[in-house]
Amino acid sequence: MKEGVGMDFANAAVGQYMPGDSFMHRLDPRTKMLTSLGVVIGLFVVSEPWAYALLALPIMLGIMVSQVPLKLITRSLRPLTFIMVLTFALHLFMDPGEAIFSIGRITATYEGLRLGLITVVRLALLIMATSIVTLTTSPIALTDGLERLLKPFARLGLPAHELAMMMTIALRFIPTLLEETDKIMKAQMARGADFESGNIAKRARAMVPILVPLFVSAFRRADELAVAMEARCYRGGEGRTRLRELAFSGADVAVLVVVGAYTVAVAVAL
Amino acid sequence: MKPVVRVENVSYAYDGGSQGQVEALLDVSLEIWPGEFVAIIGHNGSGKSTLAKHMNALLLPTRGDVYVLGMNTRDESLLWDIRQTVGMVFQNPDNQIVATIVEEDVAFGPENLGVPPDEMRRRVDEALALVDMTGYEKSAPHMLSGGQKQRVAIAGVIAMRPRCIVLDEPTAMLDPVGRSEVLRTVRHLASNEGIAIVHITHFMSEAVYADRVIVMEEGRVALSGTPREVFSQPATLRKLDLDVPQVTELAAQLRAAGVALPRYPLTVEEMADDIGTLLGRGPCSSEPQNR
Amino acid sequence: MARQALTDVNLSIDEGDLVAIIGKTGSGKSTLVQHFNGLLKPDSGRVLVDGQDIWGKGVALRDIRRKVGLVFQYPEHQLFEETVALDIAFAPKNLGLSDAQVDDAVREAMRIVDLDYEEFADRSPFELSGGQKRRVAIAGVIAMCPKVLILDEPTAGMDPRGREDVLGEIQALHEKHGYTIVLVSHSMEDVARFAKRLVVMEAGKVVMDGDPREVFRHRQELIDIGLGVPQITDLMAELARRGYGFSTGAITVEEAREILLPPLLAASIESTGSAGPDPCEGRCGHGLR
Repeated sequence: MKEGVGMDFANAAVGQYMPGDSFMHRLDPRTKMLTSLGVVIGLFVVSEPWAYALLALPIMLGIMVSQVPLKLITRSLRPLTFIMVLTFALHLFMDPGEAIFSIGRITATYEGLRLGLITVVRLALLIMATSIVTLTTSPIALTDGLERLLKPFARLGLPAHELAMMMTIALRFIPTLLEETDKIMKAQMARGADFESGNIAKRARAMVPILVPLFVSAFRRADELAVAMEARCYRGGEGRTRLRELAFSGADVAVLVVVGAYTVAVAVAL
Repeated sequence: MKPVVRVENVSYAYDGGSQGQVEALLDVSLEIWPGEFVAIIGHNGSGKSTLAKHMNALLLPTRGDVYVLGMNTRDESLLWDIRQTVGMVFQNPDNQIVATIVEEDVAFGPENLGVPPDEMRRRVDEALALVDMTGYEKSAPHMLSGGQKQRVAIAGVIAMRPRCIVLDEPTAMLDPVGRSEVLRTVRHLASNEGIAIVHITHFMSEAVYADRVIVMEEGRVALSGTPREVFSQPATLRKLDLDVPQVTELAAQLRAAGVALPRYPLTVEEMADDIGTLLGRGPCSSEPQNR
Repeated sequence: MARQALTDVNLSIDEGDLVAIIGKTGSGKSTLVQHFNGLLKPDSGRVLVDGQDIWGKGVALRDIRRKVGLVFQYPEHQLFEETVALDIAFAPKNLGLSDAQVDDAVREAMRIVDLDYEEFADRSPFELSGGQKRRVAIAGVIAMCPKVLILDEPTAGMDPRGREDVLGEIQALHEKHGYTIVLVSHSMEDVARFAKRLVVMEAGKVVMDGDPREVFRHRQELIDIGLGVPQITDLMAELARRGYGFSTGAITVEEAREILLPPLLAASIESTGSAGPDPCEGRCGHGLR
């Protein structure tokens, strides 16, 4: 008999963080987020096939250095298989150009083939680049990194601290709320509720006995949590210190500079 | 010596919607002294939680005043000093934990106070040690038991170095194992750390360890005194819908039937001692001593 | 990650029983009762209700869930409808009863849990007190007219008065209305009062099953697995340890009084008056004198 479903979903929801001690794990989260962002932008800027191969290089290096099994990276691609196949097919048959072959009135073109392949490769590399980040960075580190990156924009009115706090609290409560959903579902099933049969409309209506209690509960939790936070002197981001302050190391700077320069070079040259 | 918390003729009423004005507190006065262990008991609706929330300015009195180390809770500019002085632990173990791992949550309070990182590290480690949760720094809250979560919540308050901790029914949602863990922690804090403890509960067996017990009923203080003084009135307590430890109840029934028990025992040990004395046997030896 | 929650559990519950399943958190007691109405499926072994394998061919789980009603811990957290009557009607409606039958079921259920129909039927469940909400939730299960009622920690989070009310209702359900009751609890004092049979669980196994008096005799074992015994039982055990020669069978205050009153009354009459000087002369370390 298996344990609650909450844990599995929680792990999936937070991007399957795998604790470890590789070079990649030890990098500052900001470094990882910025370099992967840079590579992703590069992927969208270039159009030559060689460019993709060149940009795939730092991604592959990153995977190696993170010591994360390749299996996990490819697993993150699986949910998008359908989209990728569909996109490829659409490009292949819908884009105008020199014909390769025809099925009835639908023609496959070389242009379509090229564009289809580019799009799929781009998507795959994008997923892999971001997976490296989420697999090697804990949720807290991600929110901390994001908060620090957004802090300069706080002066322009962006509520960076509040956003980070909301993300932290959301992450904290995902497993708890999932367990509660499970419990509510079982309680309603014990009263004869059926969530499996029936058409879409019927099944949507069947969700009401789960969603209403869940929302009521979530609001109650939020209320109690707010009181508890105030009791511990929470008053927004002003003057807050952090238990662990993020700091760039030499490695961080090196990675940022090298990968940054490389990406820019590839984007400009090709 | 100044009291840490002084409640002066406090009344509190609120709009209860369909129930009209609800008078939750009626002219309550009391003091909490440094290092004291006070238990406040009463059934649901007696006003004990409402009273607790006045002690750290979560609620402001409709009439009367509350002073924390001389600071009036009505003074908004002193709000954060007041809440750093009087910390609070709530009933629901889950809905107090903010962070995704234990040490981050314990650090939440000090972070809000602007404590420098080195000092914070020390406070977090000390607080976790005090509640016997060392080793759980990187644990996720949803993997902890109810008792462990409450202890983390207590650590989070301790890390703020308060002079008084108010625990609002901290064991109401716990199983017996969790309850005894939390109680052990609370008693340890009360006797060793010099922090005043205000323990709100409806479990009588928890109140026997306090220095002083206050019984609330309908927004008023109905009884007040040492645990023995208060529990020596089991009939009154029963009328207030409160239970007493089973041994105390038993002693009351025996006394009512004419048995000459000298007092109302609060624990099994005391009851056994008293019975032993009555039977002419030494209260602590298992051999009968002939009179 | 799979975890073994139950191992080789054999249990039968007869009609009219009042069984309490006790165990600390994680012992598997909640998991166990969720097998009784088919919310969980065993990896091996069978669950039989009225002699029928509930996972067998042709058995509708809905019928099983009608017969075996399960009230979860903090049941008030499952309320969702706009009115009390509508919420209680959820189960009978799911079972396909006619409107008239549903109405009857709702009225009857509210009567059983002592909620006045006129006063409460049209109110929103969310504006009721905690105790009232809980009764609405219990009514929601009773409205199915189950044969067996399983209640998981029905007194959780309640103050002494609330606990008294709920336990009294459960007793009435059993004695007046003939329900077979399975109580899941970790309060020894609650179960000592009226459970006819105690099933003790630890780490997914049934470690004791029998008369409460018998079970509480194994005091040390119960303490070792994170449970306890009623304080009275502790007292009788302590008195026995000191060699005072009283029988140790008491598990409630009343029983202890029966045992202790005659000898203690006799001793009081003998001793004519005060407790006398401290025979230990202060040598005892204990005692909050």
